[in-house]
This record gives sequence, C-alpha cells and structure tokens, in this order.
Amino acid sequence: MHDQPSVAELVQAVKNFIDETAGPNLSGHAAFHARVASNALSTVLRDLEQRPTAEAAERARLLDLLNTPDDTPTEVLNRMLSEQIQAGQMTPETEGLLAHLKATTIAQVEIDQPRYSGLKTAKS
Amino acid sequence: MGNNSDFETALHTLFARVFGESQPLNTIKRLSGGASQETWALSGGEHAVILRRAPGGASMARSSAAIGLSAEAKLIQAADRAGVPVPGVLHVLEEKDGLGDGFLMSRVLGETIARPILRDEAYSKARAQMSAQCGEALAAIHSIPIDSLPPEVQVSDGLAQIAQYEEIYRGFDAPRPVFELTLQWLKANAPAPLDTVLVHGDFRLGNLMVDETGLVAVLDWELAHLGDPREDIAWICVNSWRFGQSQNRVGGFGALEDLLNVYNQRSRLSITPNDVDWWEMLGTLKWGIMCMIMYEAFRSGADASVERAAIGRRVSETEIDLINLLEAAHA
Repeated sequence: MHDQPSVAELVQAVKNFIDETAGPNLSGHAAFHARVASNALSTVLRDLEQRPTAEAAERARLLDLLNTPDDTPTEVLNRMLSEQIQAGQMTPETEGLLAHLKATTIAQVEIDQPRYSGLKTAKS
Repeated sequence: MGNNSDFETALHTLFARVFGESQPLNTIKRLSGGASQETWALSGGEHAVILRRAPGGASMARSSAAIGLSAEAKLIQAADRAGVPVPGVLHVLEEKDGLGDGFLMSRVLGETIARPILRDEAYSKARAQMSAQCGEALAAIHSIPIDSLPPEVQVSDGLAQIAQYEEIYRGFDAPRPVFELTLQWLKANAPAPLDTVLVHGDFRLGNLMVDETGLVAVLDWELAHLGDPREDIAWICVNSWRFGQSQNRVGGFGALEDLLNVYNQRSRLSITPNDVDWWEMLGTLKWGIMCMIMYEAFRSGADASVERAAIGRRVSETEIDLINLLEAAHA
C-alpha cells in the first residue's frame, strides 16, 4: 500500500491549514476551537511517533510487576494492576509500583501535554 | 422565553422596575453563554449590572451538586453580610419578571482570566497581596452561620466526595492505576474532619475578580456546600489551578504560609501546610475525574465538539500531579 503522504504528513497538512488559513479567519468561540483542534492534531502527531516505544516499555514493566503469562494483552495487564491496587495487594510501598506508574505517566503526558508544569516537576 | 424581542422587553421592564424610569436600559450585551449559565451585562444611565440567568430562563443546574440560582443569590447576600468581597445582589428574579431563574448583581470591574493575572506587570502588586486576601476571604466565608443557609446547600465531606467520585469513575469502566492508588491512599490516610463550615466549592482563579489591588470579588457560588474548611484552601492549591506557575502553591501567585497566617488568625484554627496535602490530593483526583466526565460527553455523542474530545487528554495532567504528590508523601 502507498504511504505518500503518510498519516503524519496528512495530519501535519491539516494542522497547517487550521493554523495558517482557517484559524486567522475565525473569531470568538470558533477561533478558540480552532486552537484546540490544532493542539489536538499536535497530540496525534506525538502519539503516532511516541506510543509504540512507550507502550512496549510499559508492557515490559507490567509483566515484571504482575508475574503473568507473557502473552497477556496490555489492556488486561492494566486491569489486573488496577484490581490489585484496589484490593490493597499493591500499595505505594510495593517495590517498583510507583516507579512504573511514574514512568508510564511521564510517557503519557509527553504525548498529551508536553508543556504541562507537573511533567517538569516529575522529571526534576 | 418565546423570542428575542420578548426577552428584551422583559429586560427593559425589569430594569425600569429596579432602577426607576429616569435611566432606562440602553445596552444589552451577552458576556458568556455556557451550558450552565447565561451572563448578560446591562447598563443604562449610571447603572451597570450583571444578570445571571439559567439558560433560556429554564432552571437546570450544571450538575447534581449545583445549588441553583436563587439559592446562589441568597448565599452571596449572606457572604456580603459576613464581609466577603462579593458583587452586591440587586434583585432576585421573580415569576412576574418573566425571565426565569436568576438574579441581578452589581458589575464589579476587573480580570478573572488567570494568564494576565499571573503574568502581566499590571497585576504584580495584586499578586503580592492575594494570598493574604484569599486567607481573609476564606476565613470570612467559613464564618458564615450555617443555620441561616438555604436548604439547597447540602453536606459533602471528604469521604463522601471520595465515594461520589469513585462511583462516577467506576461507571466509566476505564481503569487508571494512578487513580486506583490515589483512592486507596486517600481512604487509608483520611484526616479527622474539622468543624463543618460553608465551603465555596470552586474558589480559584477564574472565579475570582481581581484588579491591580488584588482580590475584589468572589464569584460563582453554585458549587457551595457544607464541609471541611481545608477543602477550599486546598482547591486553589491544586496544580491545574496554578496555571503553569507551579512554584507558587496558592493559585500560581503566592505562598500557602501567607494565606494560612491570615486565615488562622481570623478563624482561630491552626491549619498547617501539611494539613492541606490530603485535600490537595483529593482535589487533584476530583479534577481528573471531572475531565473524564467532560470527555464522556463527547464519547457518548452528547457533545461532538473538539474541546470535549481533547479534554480527555488532560486527565494525564492530574495523574502526573498525583504521582508527584504520592512521591512526596512517601519520600
């Protein structure tokens, strides 16, 4: 199948259109929504680029923490983790838990809102 | 309300009844129109006022926690008597006004948007004063006699809020391990409650009118309830409400010690910054789940806007804040 333009290139082109053509012709609430739309497309671009590596690292950490068969889907692993925390079987003192959650959340915020102040605090 | 001209006729009649015939209404301007409230600026002669009204006049609260506009007007009047800086309530809409639920209040000049308040040179003196002013205003709010409040103002303490927000979160069936850990930590470490007071419920930049001298009015009382005074102090400390200025714990502009010095003196309590930590974590979790609620409006098809979709990608902001708070608690 063809990949010219790639998904990322198409998203970038739409973002350029919003930023340079559509946005400046809007005012009030519509202009605000155009900025939100442009930011959402920036998130899409970061997600396309960063998610595969971030999810692989998350998955490796989850398998370490949970001691489950290697073929368990990541979504199931996250459900298991949530259930074990809810049941009190894992707490902030559990070896590796906070470190895992921190690494996963940092990777998520790097995609969602890389300029968020709390991200800088977490990485300092 | 049938149509625009009926609405305008009703506004002219109302203005004349409240302010007399000699200075008729001549300017009607819509300031905001969210799903929850309409805000109109009305002026004529020397009178410049704000009308807060239910959308289209229909009484429909923003959320099950909101108290409704006539109760909000009564609260603002009680706050006024207690010395809280608030806009004066000039008239509560009645049936005969034909405008639905709402009230007229005086128009206080100033800025509510966080970015200029936190960054512009014009507000540098204001920023230096505001922690102490917030301490004073919160002590006054928390001094309002609770036996005089309208019945819409319900009790909601910390543990009740955890239960309420946990139920909403579980309803989405979208597990977030950081929220799970926070819920368990909050339940295991809940502090003994302080004496119940009137809590404003949304005391933060955005709902505070500020001019170059600092805080001039506390707005938006619709989430008021009875609860723990530390809830209000902590809410303005939630990192999302510091709008990028994380180093200043109070609202991005000041030090919590400065707020508490004044607050404790006025209220005769002895709340320390550490006493606020648990409530800041709860506030951060609540804001995260509120973002999930707003995203759910998109996911369910109720609101197709890009804004409602994109806010789902702000939940992780509260997750990183919670990680930072959990780490600090276990350092």
